[in-house]
Amino acid sequence: MYCLRAHLVMPIRTGAQIIWECLVHEGVQTVFGYPGGAILPTYDAMLDYPIHHVLVRHEQGATHMADGYARAGGGVGVAIATSGPGATNMVTGIATAMMDSSPMVCITGQVPSKMIGYDAFQETDISGIALPITKHSYLITAVEDIMPAIKEAFHLAKSGRPGPVLVDITKDAQQASIEWEWDPAPVKIRGYRANAPVVKTDLIKAEALIRAAKRPVILAGQGVIQSGATREVLAFAERIGSPIAMTLLGLGGVPASHRLNLGMMGMHGEAWVNHAIQEADLLLAFGMRFDDRVTGNLKTYAPTAKKIHIDVDASEINKNVAADVGIVGDLRETLKDLLDFIKPADHSAWVAHINSMKGDAAVRDIQALPDTGHLYAAHVINDIWRITEGKAVVVTDVGQHQMWEAQYYHHDSPRSLITSGGLGTMGFAVPAAIGAKMARPEAEVWAIVGDGGFQMTQAELSTAAQEGVKVNIAIINNGYLGMVRQWQEFFYDRRYAATPLRSPDFLKIADAHGLSGFRVESRGQVNDTVQRARAAEGTVIIDFRVEQEDSVYPMVPAGADLDAMIRRPDNSVLAETGADKN
Amino acid sequence: MHHTLIALVEDKPGVLNRVASLFRRRNFNIESLTVGRTAEEGVSRMTIVIDTDPAGAQRVGAYLNKLVDVLQVEELVAGVAVARDLALVKVTVGGHDKASLLRVVDETRAHIVDTGEQSMTLEITGEPPHVDAVIARLKPLGIIEMVRTGQVAMRRGDTALSATQYS
Ligand SMILES: Cc1ncc(C[n+]2csc(CCOP(=O)(O)OP(=O)(O)O)c2C)c(N)n1
Ligand SMILES: [Mg+2]
Repeated sequence: MYCLRAHLVMPIRTGAQIIWECLVHEGVQTVFGYPGGAILPTYDAMLDYPIHHVLVRHEQGATHMADGYARAGGGVGVAIATSGPGATNMVTGIATAMMDSSPMVCITGQVPSKMIGYDAFQETDISGIALPITKHSYLITAVEDIMPAIKEAFHLAKSGRPGPVLVDITKDAQQASIEWEWDPAPVKIRGYRANAPVVKTDLIKAEALIRAAKRPVILAGQGVIQSGATREVLAFAERIGSPIAMTLLGLGGVPASHRLNLGMMGMHGEAWVNHAIQEADLLLAFGMRFDDRVTGNLKTYAPTAKKIHIDVDASEINKNVAADVGIVGDLRETLKDLLDFIKPADHSAWVAHINSMKGDAAVRDIQALPDTGHLYAAHVINDIWRITEGKAVVVTDVGQHQMWEAQYYHHDSPRSLITSGGLGTMGFAVPAAIGAKMARPEAEVWAIVGDGGFQMTQAELSTAAQEGVKVNIAIINNGYLGMVRQWQEFFYDRRYAATPLRSPDFLKIADAHGLSGFRVESRGQVNDTVQRARAAEGTVIIDFRVEQEDSVYPMVPAGADLDAMIRRPDNSVLAETGADKN
Repeated sequence: MHHTLIALVEDKPGVLNRVASLFRRRNFNIESLTVGRTAEEGVSRMTIVIDTDPAGAQRVGAYLNKLVDVLQVEELVAGVAVARDLALVKVTVGGHDKASLLRVVDETRAHIVDTGEQSMTLEITGEPPHVDAVIARLKPLGIIEMVRTGQVAMRRGDTALSATQYS
């Protein structure tokens, strides 16, 4: 009798406890955050729950860590902050996650509901601020609404096209108590449909275009990774013998070593890839969104190609590039269905033609050149690739080093490259790498970061030290905001306004945190130092003093035709990419 | 070119802000936007008129559909939809103008809804071009205040737009 009754009475929980109960039920093990007045009830309750909280040094760091955690591990990242400045500090990280479709739930404290609208201390309308940079946002003022909001937030963040969701919860809602029990029912939101069912007639139309194609190119984007479609994309490519071009965020979604993988497209893509796209008669866009950085001038983009566009987000179809066949749906499911229709084809002559275009870069093969004593970022990154056997999870910052990473580190597995592509957020690498390492403790994690970007969020070294996580940080130190300097070199008559950059002694910074630091000034030192860094305990910094005025080639100037690339001058000691050798 | 979109949305705080924010963020110009109740509990209806090309209208529809609080989106095709706009127009009545004013009222099915000492307020309802035309005739007589509701519209025929067909 007694037991029966005990079952019927629901336990009393505060809003703060409900937040943690929900996170536990959502399978959350790690959260990244920073406390403050409006979120204090939630922090107080935290100690009673089996969730690891990582104390960051700036809330932007919390969001990037949650983002890196999500991208590396495939789950949802969670970041927590207080109201006002805590919440606004998250904005950059939320926008970064939005642009790159990274699943994240941000929980912020808000001033008590009675004080909203009165400019209370640390009141800011974060759900309003976050509105255009989240998939959805909530302002929760009543304890009963906490569970539904958090459940919906997780559902929205990870389903369909993933993205960040913000849940702003007033302090009084955190403090209030109700009788409460976890509701295991699946989330239903009447205005939200994660996936549309695939329309069979579209598949039939697609098949006809595929059958007619002589020069197909698959454009593989991050959708390949997010829908787990690597196998299906490869099966498709192999079935029709189609070459594959990668977007920056797609890298790793198809193994770089696969014979049909041409490499990266776009502004700093391989020359032969951009030429192949311009010559193609069919583009198969798989989970990519024709960003301006990959298309160049839309008016002259792939002029002879029909386009089949598969994306989970209907609003991407016909947004930048008109699709002859647009299919809205999960990429993996769609390809599985499509494969039923597709007959084998042979496009080896087309592939051979594309491969022959590699030749002009190959004569200037970087790897074949003798050591001239100079240290080039391309060498460093290619060496790190070789030494780590391509198996590391690499997190980059934004700038020249990011593009060199994409060109010289060859990714063979999904979720092995984490980079801020859409927003291009400097300061991303160090915190995102910490997050990635926490999601995948067994993985070797490298942050490849510029001297500029490193200084934007270097405070998170302290977080890494406190957590005892090991991230290998390669600072590609060129003494410049290099990518901006490159634009100034090409387009602003070499007027280096505000791009020369003085940096602190990075080894002392490492030392101040009790971390190891190394410096590399010539190519001969790279191998040994990288090995020592890998062996060292805890997070390490390597300060690579690379050539200062090197540029990333090829380059499609913003808005130019995709095949109007600035090529590395012929007399340069450097070839354009590490793949030149192959 | 004008495009008319209907959005059925959750009747919740903040939804109008989400919709309006979308148009601002995506750089579309709203010609008019009206919100009101529907016959369905908890469902509001927006009629949104924008000036864009057909591709733009398609994009807007897709973006609206992505908003979690938007339940149903439809673009109305001119000719197979009824559209109404309502205007209240306050016109001065100087001595000899009054006759011409009353003639306009007479000829255009406008209603006199208020008369002051110096002015008369008219209600004009109809297809937006009709309202435009009446206003054009009133202008020379001296409009001192005017308000228009913006267009509301509905598909013609027996089929109905409903939030429930969605889920
Ligand atoms: C937060 C932020 N501010 C400014 C920029 C513009 N920006 C793009 S690349 C770049 C230079 C990056 O310099 P560094 O980190 O040293 O990397 P490098 O290009 O030298 O490899 C700048 C300033 C940006 N992307 N992000
Ligand atoms: Mg630099």
